[in-house]
Amino acid sequence: MTQLALVIDLNVCVGCSACVTSCKEWNTSGSAGPLVDQNPYGANPTGTFFNRVQTYEIGQFPHSETLHFPKSCLHCEDPPCVPVCPTGASYKRKEDGIVLVDYDKCIGCKYCSWACPYGAREFDENQKIMKKCTLCVDRIYDMSMPETDRKPSCVKACPTSARLFGDIHDPESEVSQAIREDGGYALMPEWGTHPSNHYLPRRKTKLKIHADELERADNPLKLDQQLPKPDKDQSTMDDVSAW
Amino acid sequence: MKPAFSVIFLTTLIGAAQGLFLALFTHQSYALFGLLPMQSDDFYGYGSAISFLLLCLGLFAAVFHLGKPSYMITRAWRGILQWRTSWMSRELIALPAFMGIVFLYGVAHLLTIRPEIVTLPGGQVVDLTLLLGVGGTVMAFVLFICTAMIYACLRFLREWHTPLTVINYILMGGSSGFILAALYASSSAPDEAGFFAGWAIIITLLAFISRVASLVRNARLKPKSTLQTAIGVKHPHIVQRSMGAMGGSFNTREYFHGRTAAFLRAVKPAFLLLAFVLPLLLLALDTPTLLGAAFILQYLGLLAERWFFFAQANHPQNLYYQTVG
Amino acid sequence: MCACRCGIRVHLRNGEIRYIDGNPDHPLNGGVICAKGSSGIMKQYSPARLTKPLRRKQGAERGTGEFEEISWEETFSMLSERLGKIRATDPKKFALFTGRDQMQALTGMFARQFGTPNYAAHGGFCSVNMAAGMIYTIGGSFWEFGGPDLERAKLFVMIGTAEDHHSNPMKVALSKFKREGGRFISINPVRTGYSAIADEWVPIRPGTDGALFLAIIRELIELGLYDRDFLVRYTNSGQLVNLDAEHDEFGMFVRTEVPEEEGSDNSIYKLWWDRNTDKPVVTHSEGTDPFLLGEFKLQDGTPVKPAFQLLKDRVAEYTPEWAEGVTGIPADTIRRLAHEMGITARDQKIELPIAWTDTWGKEHDTVTGNPVAFHAMRGLAAHSNGFQTIRALSILMTLLGTIDRPGGFRHKAPFPRPIPPCARTPNDPRAVQPNTPLDGMPLGWPADPDDLFVDKEGNPVRLDKGFSWEYPLSAHGLMHNAITNAWRGDPYKIDTLLLFMANMAWNSTMNTSEVRKMLVDKDENGEYKIPFLVVCDAFHSETTAFADLILPDTTYLERYDVMSMLDRPISEFDGPVDSVRVPVMPPTGECRPFQEVLIELGTRLKLPAFVDKDGKRKYRDYPDFIVNWETAPGSGIGFLSGWRGKGGEKSMKGEPNPNQWEMYAKNNCVHHEVLPRSYQFMRNWNQGYLEWSQRNGITRYSEPILIHLYSEVLQKFRLAARGKSITRQPPKHLAKRVETFFDPLPFYYEPLETQMSDKRKYPLSAVTQRPMAMYHSWDSQNAWLRQIHAHNYLYVNAQTAKNAGINDGDWIWCESQWGKVRCMARYSEAVEPGTVWTWNAIGKAAGAWNLTPDANESQQGFLLNHVISEELPPQADGTRYSNSDPITGQAAWYDVRVRIYKAEEGEPGQTSPQFEPMKRYPGMKQAPSWLAYFGGKKKGGAQ
Repeated sequence: MTQLALVIDLNVCVGCSACVTSCKEWNTSGSAGPLVDQNPYGANPTGTFFNRVQTYEIGQFPHSETLHFPKSCLHCEDPPCVPVCPTGASYKRKEDGIVLVDYDKCIGCKYCSWACPYGAREFDENQKIMKKCTLCVDRIYDMSMPETDRKPSCVKACPTSARLFGDIHDPESEVSQAIREDGGYALMPEWGTHPSNHYLPRRKTKLKIHADELERADNPLKLDQQLPKPDKDQSTMDDVSAW
Repeated sequence: MKPAFSVIFLTTLIGAAQGLFLALFTHQSYALFGLLPMQSDDFYGYGSAISFLLLCLGLFAAVFHLGKPSYMITRAWRGILQWRTSWMSRELIALPAFMGIVFLYGVAHLLTIRPEIVTLPGGQVVDLTLLLGVGGTVMAFVLFICTAMIYACLRFLREWHTPLTVINYILMGGSSGFILAALYASSSAPDEAGFFAGWAIIITLLAFISRVASLVRNARLKPKSTLQTAIGVKHPHIVQRSMGAMGGSFNTREYFHGRTAAFLRAVKPAFLLLAFVLPLLLLALDTPTLLGAAFILQYLGLLAERWFFFAQANHPQNLYYQTVG
Repeated sequence: MCACRCGIRVHLRNGEIRYIDGNPDHPLNGGVICAKGSSGIMKQYSPARLTKPLRRKQGAERGTGEFEEISWEETFSMLSERLGKIRATDPKKFALFTGRDQMQALTGMFARQFGTPNYAAHGGFCSVNMAAGMIYTIGGSFWEFGGPDLERAKLFVMIGTAEDHHSNPMKVALSKFKREGGRFISINPVRTGYSAIADEWVPIRPGTDGALFLAIIRELIELGLYDRDFLVRYTNSGQLVNLDAEHDEFGMFVRTEVPEEEGSDNSIYKLWWDRNTDKPVVTHSEGTDPFLLGEFKLQDGTPVKPAFQLLKDRVAEYTPEWAEGVTGIPADTIRRLAHEMGITARDQKIELPIAWTDTWGKEHDTVTGNPVAFHAMRGLAAHSNGFQTIRALSILMTLLGTIDRPGGFRHKAPFPRPIPPCARTPNDPRAVQPNTPLDGMPLGWPADPDDLFVDKEGNPVRLDKGFSWEYPLSAHGLMHNAITNAWRGDPYKIDTLLLFMANMAWNSTMNTSEVRKMLVDKDENGEYKIPFLVVCDAFHSETTAFADLILPDTTYLERYDVMSMLDRPISEFDGPVDSVRVPVMPPTGECRPFQEVLIELGTRLKLPAFVDKDGKRKYRDYPDFIVNWETAPGSGIGFLSGWRGKGGEKSMKGEPNPNQWEMYAKNNCVHHEVLPRSYQFMRNWNQGYLEWSQRNGITRYSEPILIHLYSEVLQKFRLAARGKSITRQPPKHLAKRVETFFDPLPFYYEPLETQMSDKRKYPLSAVTQRPMAMYHSWDSQNAWLRQIHAHNYLYVNAQTAKNAGINDGDWIWCESQWGKVRCMARYSEAVEPGTVWTWNAIGKAAGAWNLTPDANESQQGFLLNHVISEELPPQADGTRYSNSDPITGQAAWYDVRVRIYKAEEGEPGQTSPQFEPMKRYPGMKQAPSWLAYFGGKKKGGAQ
């Protein structure tokens, strides 16, 4: 069975928010749209976004890391938001595991969002229904697009290609390999929701310098006589010992 | 969580309605066995009318919990479809079902439609009202369970995810309903007020104990989710610097009560006093004229309790929404 | 093409934008797109768009935002009449300054044709130090003209770079680099953006980068961890410097008596001291090898030293321990950084099997790379010691042997260019004549004091005092002083100031509050001190309020544009690339592209380039101009290098092609000339490349471009200041300044403003960064982007804040010797304790950009510019220098020192200063209270 998902590589995410607005622009005019914005030009502008980039600081100066952390619906394998929905508006597709909301069935009770530990759902204050990441379901199967474009908008936009997209149930897929080989992990594993989206941790490259590497065999200073040889008439042990 | 006033009114109103119905039918059952003098059909009938009225008010409040009130007509019917998995769906079935039974029970009394069904070996006649009463009692409990389980089933809302939530809903609804029954009886059947008041004292006391038990439990809860598990980084010192939205979002509106910690701290003793201590004192004084005060004060207390119930619940999603930056 | 340089595809549905995505076939971004590009819809349909030409209402005071609509015809006749008068009397009374630097070829040409020297783009307050520091050293620089080769680098050191310059290409490259196991070190006072994913973050105090480089250079020399072969052959390290202090040529390279050819690099006539024969020889003579170190005496007794010895002498005092005290970086870390660079360069050499021939005729079988790459930007540049700091960085990169080599720094066409490049400004005030084009370029690259644009007394000819003794190498001008100088009438008063896309009444100026007052200040006759102000912008910026005339510009989706080889093309390491923008939407309202305005004006003013002999219009419009204009009649060189020749069969040079635009449009709007592999590296000394470049009119000369480890250009200025040279000499009061800073070898000095600040009173440095999701001030009107950055905080190291009794989120004052702003503090563990920082250009004036007056940008958001001065404190004699690098005039944004303290109880929770809210102008939409954008829905139907 297919389970489509994103694998987000925190090792390369620079927090540019390209995924945030490319998601918004695709989806506001797509099957999930429109995505409302309130006070777009006033105080405290707020709107429906399926994807946001957050920033965390880890550790204390000077040993601190800045972590950019994009977060959208994780398309859980066992999504707690689905069974609680009274109308069946919230559902998980059998064919590809995408968790979706059927806007025509949603009564806007927000209960599904309470049941999501990740805060991944967003209520549309205009239509009064729940909305969420669709993994761009209206893109990825659109045969009128070239194959390279048939991926979620955020994935296509990401300048650091920090967002991988594919079937995590296919062990040979790029995403499965990444999870396997680069330490992919799930968020809040304690709840047993089995999120499909995974995150790849920071990986550090270090350079070990051995003391002897600092001595240079072909040191150019020798050519320029900066490592002078002692004077020929200087006294040496040669002159005084006679083994 | 942000306390939703629609839900606060819904749960407190129907809780009182369920309690009132249970009280009425308890009385009828006692009377059946001759433990209490049987009252007129009007007593039970008008009593259940009050219960029904409260249920209607509750339902009205619930409309405002929908995205748009119009969804009540266009879409809400779908809410019964997912009863296999959704406690809310079950509630949506149980509530009208209970309302229907209360309605029929009242109508049967008021119109004295009491065809005999069966006569017990002790000679007691089981008529339609009794059958409806038993059904109503079962449905009242089913409804209590459904309502409470909506909250108690959410395993990561740990303040709610406990059997105490169900017990509290039953006992607080019962307490409020029995006090209301006592108040009702004090005018329409003054002799019976004591019966209701007595049970009210017992249930209120139990509710008090149970609610305090849940407070104690919640105070000892250690969060299962932390920033470390939320973002998957192992370090004792992690702070959020930006949640990714500066003007707020659904996530900052729906899951935070928006009041100060001091306000939250003040609400706790207030609701304990209003919902439990004062009603118990007033009931203990055994003065019919104070029963009204007891009910009203307690109802205010229960509103506060329900507000606190939501406000205290700390959603793990909040870990992701700490800092505007 | 997107608003900057990336390739985009705009998908329309029923004439409305459905979505915008990256063009996968574009060489720059390869299909990716940033947050700004993805929000283009909200920019296009923004209620902040200006849609009509507007004139300040008669009787309304300037700055009050009272405007009335006028027609373009009225606009043009008003402008051509006014400008025509100026041109006929004193052309320099017209000043044109533009925020957009990608249109310089046209805007600069317009100014030159008009005859005014008063022209510059924003480079002077952006990163001219980066351009000049590197171009005067290695003949190329970071950003458009070169960059780190992360494809092959093993160690990447990023310093003084926030999150821009290069945006998407840097992100793409950085991600690949990290995934392939490269080591990434970021040196920066703040850890955000790119630095966040660094393998190591080295916090440094602002403005001290030069000290770090000098200490690293010292350590590399000490351990012999430099690439001697590279230094010998490709730099002036081995050239002998005259050390006879009495000699007129003191500090200059000694030369044999062979006449110089003007403008060329004369290295072949300079001397080495040969190791084999122990004698002076002409450099690069067959079979010789110079001493890089030592002290020698020429036959005539002149004491000489190789330039490299002088560098070694120079850095002797710059120990890591000394640098620790300056930079705050532990000495051990400085040593380790040097070792990592040196050892990676030495031990991870790349050898590519690419045969090439150097300019001395020597054939090489391979191209070698020492895979250590650097990238730096405004963090180094925007300090008054930036030029010398960047010289030090360039020299560090040179010592490691990384210039135009795989894995190091790579040039992009049209660079490398001679040091300095050939363009010159006039050097005489007589170059400015009525009704005559300027005799020379408005901007250029002085090679010696005779190239300065000053009068006999040494006074500046330009309004901004560029190319004067105060800022001799100000290659990009000093836009940040234009308003102050014009207001004061120093060096003279002007009549008309035309600002294009530059928010000079807000975030693009220093000292914002005072500059706003200057814009409305009147003289004793009640006339404005700056009599006429024309502003061209697409949006309702703060500056528009001060205009007498507003020209509504189009957005990038509504216009033609070129990224020309004459300007700042989008070249890649492997060869020249230029590109065009074609409109996908009709202009909104009566908007007109600024280029069209210039061509129309130029035609009406009968500027020679725009009219024929009879004074008749030469170009129909901008696209026509781009196709048909040539640098000289028949030169075959024009704005676009692709599809030239009558049928589009020629590249780089060729006759105009009437179908050039169509051919660009068919080819992703890009022309990419991939050079043969043997021309792609070592281009400073690559005979094949240099001859190709000369044949194609990219450079005038094909002589080798030796790296200036030691800068004779600087020494010439120093000699002039010492009264020794045959060139012009500075006025007395400037001699000391020129002598001090024009050091032919890099040295460290504390930034000028810091030197003049009470550091006990103002213990902190304050800097800004550009967020990745905002295009300067332009995107606060963007409904989506402003949800990401609605306002800004002052980020303070948590310990620093606690010591000052400041809680996270408190309202505080940030105060410098110039003024103070009230803002909100945010704790951070990712900032060096002596630094506070904030995002630039998020804070707005109330009502500006058509935001409501209570919008977060103007209430919680703040502008640090209020505490930064455009001038240094007065000298003893009362003269005031620009707050700029004394060599290049680069605005020293990051030199400011501040203190922070909690706002008093009872002070409003609102930023300060506040200004009268801006009004909405005629032709602007009312901003809606909610949006639910759905592109192309209204009319139904499919794409």
